[in-house]
Amino acid sequence: MKKAFPILAVLTALFLAYAFYQAMFIAPTDALQGDVYRIIFYHVPSAWTAFLLFFINFIASVQYLASAKPSSARAAKWIVIAVGIIGVVVPFLPQVQQWLNTIGMYPSSAATTALMIPAAYFLVGKYFLGQDLDVLAVTAAEVGVVFCTIVLITGPIWARPVWGIWWAPGDIRLTSTLVLWLIYVSYLVLRHFSDGAQTQKLAAVLAVFGALDIPLVYFSIWFFRTQHPQPVIGGGGSMDPRMLHVLLISWMAFLCFAFLVCWARFQLEKLRREVEEAEALESLLEPGGSAGQTSKGKVLSRGRQ
Amino acid sequence: MRSYWSITLATLAKDIRLEWRSKDALNAMLFFSLLVVVIFVFSFDPLAEESRHIAGGLIWVAFLFATVVALNQTWARELRNQVLDAYRVSPAPATALFLAKALGNFILVSLLEALMAPLFVIFYNLRVLGPAWQLIPVALLGTWALVVNGTFFAAMSVRTRSRELMLPLLLFPVSIPAVLGMVAATTNILTGENSAHFYIVLLLTYDVVFTTACIGLFDTVLQAE
Repeated sequence: MKKAFPILAVLTALFLAYAFYQAMFIAPTDALQGDVYRIIFYHVPSAWTAFLLFFINFIASVQYLASAKPSSARAAKWIVIAVGIIGVVVPFLPQVQQWLNTIGMYPSSAATTALMIPAAYFLVGKYFLGQDLDVLAVTAAEVGVVFCTIVLITGPIWARPVWGIWWAPGDIRLTSTLVLWLIYVSYLVLRHFSDGAQTQKLAAVLAVFGALDIPLVYFSIWFFRTQHPQPVIGGGGSMDPRMLHVLLISWMAFLCFAFLVCWARFQLEKLRREVEEAEALESLLEPGGSAGQTSKGKVLSRGRQ
Repeated sequence: MRSYWSITLATLAKDIRLEWRSKDALNAMLFFSLLVVVIFVFSFDPLAEESRHIAGGLIWVAFLFATVVALNQTWARELRNQVLDAYRVSPAPATALFLAKALGNFILVSLLEALMAPLFVIFYNLRVLGPAWQLIPVALLGTWALVVNGTFFAAMSVRTRSRELMLPLLLFPVSIPAVLGMVAATTNILTGENSAHFYIVLLLTYDVVFTTACIGLFDTVLQAE
């Protein structure tokens, strides 16, 4: 961590600078909106990154809950496999295909999204075990909320000159993103206000509830109109290929940045838990003593290496 | 070993008896929602036509706030004398306890709604233009949607540091689709302009999804240590 992190940080900074240069100077000016549109090179990559992180939070939370008992782990595994198979087959049924077209999505992109669930589930399950799953969940939620906040701030900044209003109250995309943000903020509030080992279980349960809520949020505002531009990837929207090129560069830069921040936060959280454990152990061994400091120092010095 | 339903009913009967003797929660809820109604009446002074459009939102917001008052009591009562710990070590299924609590809250909130709804009609001069009987399924499904998640999140929030503060913070974000469904369905029925069918189906879906989730995950929450 000590060696790789600064190198990666410098590389990410360079990449972000390159993406900024591309977004501001290389991408062509929009014929209708002028230069205002350039904010999408920050708005859209932030949104994708936030959704990806919330998805990781959900997967890690399910893994964490499932890993409590072998029987529930087995059940969760088969449910995830079933979801993957159904999710790949269903979008190609003629009726569903028609319905997907009305919301501006290709069946192939819906199937790919569905396939992400088992893929992410097994990848996360392979590389993260026990406590690490919970650390991953909290990291993803925190960084995800930051990116989602960027989305919610840059959106109105763009909307004001283009739509003439800061916020469209009855808009399906705006409302669902806002509710998503609210759900994950409440997740972080729960983590902040409860202590001890139960926090992790309670938070994982809340993450599952939040994930179940998202499709319902989307359907509850079904009759809301949208004036939000159509999705540019896997949907009905269209975009100049040069702009799309810059958008993808920008997203890559944002992903690197998100990864960097998540990595640092992940290590920090693990270290914090080690310190807590060491302190608890110390106070058990030497009641009344103030020896907690030394053990804390030991863990900290180990973490710095 | 007693059957699942007899455990549920025994716990439910105990809660109702306690509530009947003290009437703490019901009185607090009634007075609280009366206050909310009165404040709404002062804040908005609508014409009959306008009131049809806003009454659905006002009614459900008032009930939502009043429900939180009742829900906070649900588990707080069991903390005294370590009753909750006794439940934890007892062989009775945890979901039976959850169902009993949820049903108890459902009865309490339904009673509140039955008493408060006429007041809304009087204060806002409401006359239903759509099919009025549909208000009954909307009320039942909507109340269950609030109560089932509310009971679950109340069980979570009693485990946190600032119990009473936590419940709305957890409950409201997840309840947004349900509240939207209730308000839209009620407004559609009151104005008679659109069919409320879609929102009734939405509420039913919400109830089924979250009742399943609550029953599936309640044991984890109760035993979380």
